[in-house]
Amino acid sequence: MSWVSIGSITDIPRRGARCVETPLGKIAVFRTAEDRVFAIEDHCPHKGGPLSQGIVHGTAVTCPLHNWVISLETGKALGADEGSVRAIPIKVEGEMLFLGLAVSADRAA
Amino acid sequence: MKLVIIGNGMAPGRMLEHLLESAPGRYDVTIFNAEPRVNYDRIMLSPVLSGEKNYEQIIIHGDGWYIKNGITLYKGHKIVAIDREAKTVTSDHGVVQPYDKLVIATGSVPFILPVPGNTLAGVLSYRDLDDVNAMLLAAQSRAKAVVIGGGLLGLEAAAGLEAQGMDVTVLHLMPTLMERQLDPAAGYLLQRAIEDRGIKVICKANTKAILGEKKVEGVELGDGRIIPATLVVMAAGIKPNAGLAKEAGLATNRGIVVDNGMHTSDPDIYALGECAEVGGHVYGLVAPLYEMARVAAEHLVDEASTAAFVHSDTPTKLKVTGIELFSLGDFADGEDRHEIVLRDASAGIYKRVVLKDNRIIGTVLYGETADGAWFNDLKKRQVDITDMRDTLIFGQAYQGGAPLDPMAAVAALPDDAEICGCNGVCKGKIVGAIQEKNLTSLDDVRAHTKASASCGSCTGLVEQLMSITLGDAYNPAAVQPMCGCTTFGHDDVRRLIKAKSLKNIYAVMQELEWTTSCGCAKCRPALNYYLICDWPGEYADDYQSRFINERVHANIQKDGTYSVVPRMWGGVTSAKELRAIADVVDKFNIPTVKVTGGQRIDMLGIRKEDLPAVWADLGKAGFVSGHAYAKGLRTVKTCVGTDWCRFGTQDSTGLGIRIEKFMWGSWTPAKVKMAVSGCPRNCAEATCKDVGVICVDSGYEIHFAGAAGLDIKGTEVLGLVKTEDEALEVIVALVQMYREQARYLERIYKWAKRVTIDEVRRQILDDLDKRNGYYDRFVYSQKFAQVDPWSERVSGLHKHEFRPMATIGTADAAE
Repeated sequence: MSWVSIGSITDIPRRGARCVETPLGKIAVFRTAEDRVFAIEDHCPHKGGPLSQGIVHGTAVTCPLHNWVISLETGKALGADEGSVRAIPIKVEGEMLFLGLAVSADRAA
Repeated sequence: MKLVIIGNGMAPGRMLEHLLESAPGRYDVTIFNAEPRVNYDRIMLSPVLSGEKNYEQIIIHGDGWYIKNGITLYKGHKIVAIDREAKTVTSDHGVVQPYDKLVIATGSVPFILPVPGNTLAGVLSYRDLDDVNAMLLAAQSRAKAVVIGGGLLGLEAAAGLEAQGMDVTVLHLMPTLMERQLDPAAGYLLQRAIEDRGIKVICKANTKAILGEKKVEGVELGDGRIIPATLVVMAAGIKPNAGLAKEAGLATNRGIVVDNGMHTSDPDIYALGECAEVGGHVYGLVAPLYEMARVAAEHLVDEASTAAFVHSDTPTKLKVTGIELFSLGDFADGEDRHEIVLRDASAGIYKRVVLKDNRIIGTVLYGETADGAWFNDLKKRQVDITDMRDTLIFGQAYQGGAPLDPMAAVAALPDDAEICGCNGVCKGKIVGAIQEKNLTSLDDVRAHTKASASCGSCTGLVEQLMSITLGDAYNPAAVQPMCGCTTFGHDDVRRLIKAKSLKNIYAVMQELEWTTSCGCAKCRPALNYYLICDWPGEYADDYQSRFINERVHANIQKDGTYSVVPRMWGGVTSAKELRAIADVVDKFNIPTVKVTGGQRIDMLGIRKEDLPAVWADLGKAGFVSGHAYAKGLRTVKTCVGTDWCRFGTQDSTGLGIRIEKFMWGSWTPAKVKMAVSGCPRNCAEATCKDVGVICVDSGYEIHFAGAAGLDIKGTEVLGLVKTEDEALEVIVALVQMYREQARYLERIYKWAKRVTIDEVRRQILDDLDKRNGYYDRFVYSQKFAQVDPWSERVSGLHKHEFRPMATIGTADAAE
């Protein structure tokens, strides 16, 4: 796995998200009210809604299409719904954010 | 038989209820009320002052009640003389009314300190609605107020004035607040809580004079201190209003002397309420006054009745939101007395029970008062508490082993335990009424038993009793919480946002004790709307609490692309506009173009990254956002009216455009769609819209509360107005009333059903002051709302929304 710099935490609004384009698809990077950051695939397990466009509350996001609530920590749907998206490792150094992306073998797959 | 009642407060009101129930039609009743209004709940004046309730909500008997029961009510008539020989009373307007039985219920008058300046303009008392209205008016200045008196009334007045934005100082003669109901320790905690709200408290304050030339300018204390003020409220106590009775030659002392059957020294004249003196006591709390009302009614029905008024202690509560306080009986120290005290400083809790001969004689609870009813019951029944002495202070839940849940605690209360102190209703009566009359809602229980119908502080207990009695059949969620983050319903949240001046989402969540740290996707958009609506110009829109559609001003589609709808005023367009749309469609390869039901054009399938550029091009052609995504004003559909149509009666297109240009940009609880039809043929389909206008020869018929979606419902007619200007005013006021009252996501037809069509009509059509108030508030809020969101975005606002944070290609990731 390699850590890729994607920018500063201040690029993301609190209780909001930004997207990162990768060869594997869009990844949504979230910043909570308490400045915790999470990264998950920008693709709701329900109907593929863009999770990065949802309302962020606590450590969860509500999908803008049909209101599924997805945990940012695990990528799993909360409540009665079942399904999950991949959570991507992310680390903060100072203000800078780094995504942990699998190395080339994975990317080629 | 003619029954005449002097005074129309809560005691005679209650007496009449008893009388009408047990002997309807027995008396021909006439009431003289010195106040120009019906009977209202005086206990609730404090919530009116603080803004948590309004006058309409505290009326006990509306005009209809008097008509229905055949009672003649003279409003604004003060009785100036009683002629006991002729058996008549005379009002200040010259009405002379004969009586067979007379009831004097003249209440009390505020005690005005005998100091210089006490008659200056700006010196008020706190007794009736006129006083409250005067205080509300004075509060608009946001200036300084002094409240003289740190008792129940004074503190409620101070909290109310503070809630209205005044800078308030309380002057209290004694060393601690509410010294008649609280011991010094609780008085101290209370003072701290009052001061935490920003109210200044000066104890041992001896008022020497009220200063000012014509109006109040300040208060001078005995020690020479001067406190500036433009409003002085005297709340230093009350005295029975016995003057009229005394002039009529009835026996009076502090009050009008009555026996325990409420008879005065004249057998045909009764007295009750705060003006009456029974066994040397006069009363100011509602529970004993209601007891007097019951006794008097029984004697009026049956002269041989043995019903008798018995003195009892009444618990005291302070009606200031957020302060929990309970006081009962005698709590002075004494050699033959013992006390048990519990303190929890960090939680701000203080409890003290005073015992004599192992029986409770007094209780003070501060910070947590749930056990008040239990202590009151133990005291009333004179229970020997020896066996539970060690755990007594922890309350009912800790008696007999493991802590009980609150439900079990209520279940364990005996049938004669008092639940509602104001109305003297015991548990047995409530349970009995629920079972016999099949009551299933709180309102029903209130209507039948009066329990929790006055100050409302026992509502929780009554609901628990309903749960116990009805089991699953009782659905306490008659008030649905807004969401899982709170127990408050939308109405309570809206009321408290205003009453407590909560001006941002975090303040709401903190003050209303949200159970989550930052809400959820249900409550945040709702709170954001309430705050925008209630504090225009002060509250900054919280974008992160808006749905994506309102954040990017376009409609998200199933594949994550967006659709864009520019405004076409009244559905009218031009070659230039159509050409600009065609150019945008070509330039951005927009896959679908569709005409909407609201007479405009929808471009579907736009990628989010392209939105700013699409808007920029549309903006150059003069388009603004159509808010097709918004909980706000959507479209105003029109027909061609007198411009072209051979049947048109008015310029419906012109009016539609005028309404749309006036109201666009406003946020509303749910979407608002309108239409204007030029004649009753109704080609614009105005009669299924949220608001519709049907033009007729004589003017404009305003319709509202239609629906044509999940529900289908024709509109209700609000009324006919003569001019286009008036039509606009009425529509704007109607929408503002809806904006201020409805729950988030509640369409106009649902809201109107809840508040009733008549009430909307009364406020918008009949009451010009109300209408103008709504209109003005709408116009003010539009100053901050009519900003085209597209041009804001084009100029760079929130540009991060539309660009990826980073793009990781092969080269980037190669490190």
